[in-house]
Amino acid sequence: MSDTSHSAVFVRKTMLPPEPAPARQTGVSKWVRENLFSGWLNTILTLAGIALIWGLASHFYPWFRHGVWNAASLPECRQIIAARWGEGATGACWAVIHARWTQFIFGFYPPELFWRPVLTFGLMLVAVAPVLFTQLPRGMLKVSAVFPLLAIWLLWGGSIWPVVMIAAGFAVGYLVARILARWGMILAILGAVVAAVLFWIFVPGPVDAVLGRVLPIALEPVASRQFGGFLLAITLGAGGIAMSLPLGILLALGRQSDMFLIKTFSIMFIEFIRGVPLITLLFVASLLLNYFLPPGTNFDIILRVMILVTLFSAAYIAEVIRGGLAALPRGQYEAADALGLDYWKAQRLVILPQALKISIPGIVSTFISMFKDTTLVTFVGLFEPLKSIPDSIRADIAWKGTYWEHFIFVGAIFFILNFSMSRYSMYLERKLKRDHR
Amino acid sequence: MTSASDAPDRGFRLSQLIYDTRYRSLTIQVITLIVVMGAAGWLVDNTIQNLRVLGKDFNFGFLDNRAGYDIAQHLIPYTNDNTHARAMLVGLLNTIWVSLLGCATATVIGIFVGVLRLSKNWLVARLMTVYVETFRNVPVLLWILVAMAVLTEITPAPNAYKVNPATGEANASMILDSIALTNRYTAIPAVSFERSLGVIDTALAPVSLNVLAIVLVLAGAIWVNRRLLAHASAVQDATGARPVTWWKSLLLLLGPLALLLAALGFQLHGPTLKGFNFTGGTNVSNAFVALWAGLSLYTGAFIAEIVRAGILAISKGQTEAAFALGLRPGKTMRLVILPQALRVIVPPLISQFLNLTKNSSLAIAVGYMDLRGTLGGITLNQTGRELEAILLMMLIYLAISLVISGVMNLYNHKVRLKER
Repeated sequence: MSDTSHSAVFVRKTMLPPEPAPARQTGVSKWVRENLFSGWLNTILTLAGIALIWGLASHFYPWFRHGVWNAASLPECRQIIAARWGEGATGACWAVIHARWTQFIFGFYPPELFWRPVLTFGLMLVAVAPVLFTQLPRGMLKVSAVFPLLAIWLLWGGSIWPVVMIAAGFAVGYLVARILARWGMILAILGAVVAAVLFWIFVPGPVDAVLGRVLPIALEPVASRQFGGFLLAITLGAGGIAMSLPLGILLALGRQSDMFLIKTFSIMFIEFIRGVPLITLLFVASLLLNYFLPPGTNFDIILRVMILVTLFSAAYIAEVIRGGLAALPRGQYEAADALGLDYWKAQRLVILPQALKISIPGIVSTFISMFKDTTLVTFVGLFEPLKSIPDSIRADIAWKGTYWEHFIFVGAIFFILNFSMSRYSMYLERKLKRDHR
Repeated sequence: MTSASDAPDRGFRLSQLIYDTRYRSLTIQVITLIVVMGAAGWLVDNTIQNLRVLGKDFNFGFLDNRAGYDIAQHLIPYTNDNTHARAMLVGLLNTIWVSLLGCATATVIGIFVGVLRLSKNWLVARLMTVYVETFRNVPVLLWILVAMAVLTEITPAPNAYKVNPATGEANASMILDSIALTNRYTAIPAVSFERSLGVIDTALAPVSLNVLAIVLVLAGAIWVNRRLLAHASAVQDATGARPVTWWKSLLLLLGPLALLLAALGFQLHGPTLKGFNFTGGTNVSNAFVALWAGLSLYTGAFIAEIVRAGILAISKGQTEAAFALGLRPGKTMRLVILPQALRVIVPPLISQFLNLTKNSSLAIAVGYMDLRGTLGGITLNQTGRELEAILLMMLIYLAISLVISGVMNLYNHKVRLKER
């Protein structure tokens, strides 16, 4: 104070301490103003959004809050709600989920055998993990290789020897391929296929009978009709995914091929499958497949449906991968040729790793839509969790009239599974991203 | 010095078929052809044998037989005395009808949500994200069933709309006094013409001359409007100033239509409650409404993502360049951003239309009589001709799909970047 009195001119010699920003420019109020009320249109939108949320919440929250978890029937639920919240109150009757959740998960699988699907599911997570996350030890891939056959045996039961025979057929094919490999790739593949097929035709019958008597390792068999709920949906989905990816890759390569006939057949197949609704293909599985196969053949409905679902999603995957192949710069193909790689080596080492990487989002969204489409098997009489199981539960007089509980429960599970799949694809996309300059 | 020379000609050896790249592709193709033909022959042979065992034959004669079942919603005249072929046509038209309406609503929902999802408004953007993720990750069958359950379980019975004489009020009220949602059907206003022009009876379906006149007048108005705009552009090219056209366009598009409607005596009849049911309007079955709503909401979520991706795909530099040229925001959007975004948006959009059309076969879940419900449903069950009915149904769906993808290819060809 005393300094300034000596001079008429004010010169500040010290820095002012920094002031906090004005209240309007910081923290919550700035964020709210910029993100919610920045103009008249924004304000209207915000108010409409709040009104919508309020409307939904005030409408549905009481229903959730009044939910009853323990009751023997819907009328009892209503009694409890009326007693607790007053006459006229509505509420969710979660008791139906509580009482019947095993049906949603396992369908009509025998309850004393539930450990088998659960074990299969656990093994599936172990088998899938090394494929999804490359950080995990590569040794785990052995589990992935064995898993499909193990899963078939665990789920359907019966003697273990047919499954072992299938595995042995693959082993025989592999051995033949190794032996023939020195005379060229085509011969090796051809020999392997022929050897495996011959093995499967001639060996299992007698050997099964002998081994089944000597070493009767068997689980209690479960018929396909008893499968249901998410067990069925996941079986169909996982089986379809596993089989449709290789087939889709082959079809995509066929469609890009220089060979006229192979290209034509691939295009015809892909366009036909993509042009018809899945439901008609499911009808083919349930009604027509018996016409197309030798008289007297009648095989498992789940297998039939899985074959058609596989063909269906393979066509879509083929188109996705074709996009990936087309997006690769021509130089990649030419470089592979210049290195002297033959067709399969070029595809395996140069083209496909890049093309598949580009196609990951599309492949995952095909898988998601296939998993959602497994619900359509309700129309060929399988007990999927979305329509058949709730219908069968509503057929019980105790739960007649329960709708929303089923929808919410099943919808939530589908959402969780599909949402995590799409998040995984985003993770993979980020991880595999390279700058292409 | 060595010089390039052809490999010595040692005549053709059999091993060249596998090892020589000149012949190998031929070998592979011939083997493929043999395998495919063999497989096809095997399937056909099996089918013939199976048909013989069952004592059936393969012919489409059943299409000329009397159908004998009723179809609740038919766009062309139909009674149960008509043939199966007619029933199939009714079903096909129902499929096309619900697909068309579904595509239109799904597009509107999709554009709306896609744009709002990019909004700077935090709350609205989040809400739209929730909508998109919820609908995309849950099977469409669930949404159709939910819509059906809402309509049949929550909406009141028609007689709930009856006014109670004691209180002067009804238990339920109509939306805008013209739409009544009931647990059996949705009653909407119907259209009629006082001075109707009549109908031409063609073999397939009666064609209303009124509708024909309206379509003709609209097409004419659009054509004249195009000429007007072309003229405006020509003037702009010549003088640099664009004449104001919006009021002329509006007048051209709406004027003749209004005149025609007035001349025809156009009227809307709202539904009214008579006894236990609504009459006077049109009663649309709940199955149709549920299918339509489910398909639109589900596909709308996918279209929203497509629209969002399309807008994001246009780099910011384009907007800035347009501003630098002095274009106003509206013109920037119309002349610079949209034409480029549409090139990204339209192909996946059309494939969503295709998906919606195919998903409309889920009508089976709610009992709407589409192609699958008639040809692939009751006709199949009544005649027991699975093979013919399903093959025909697949062929029809295939034809629809091929037409739609043909349109898409035409569009793609038209908007392709002209590269030099």
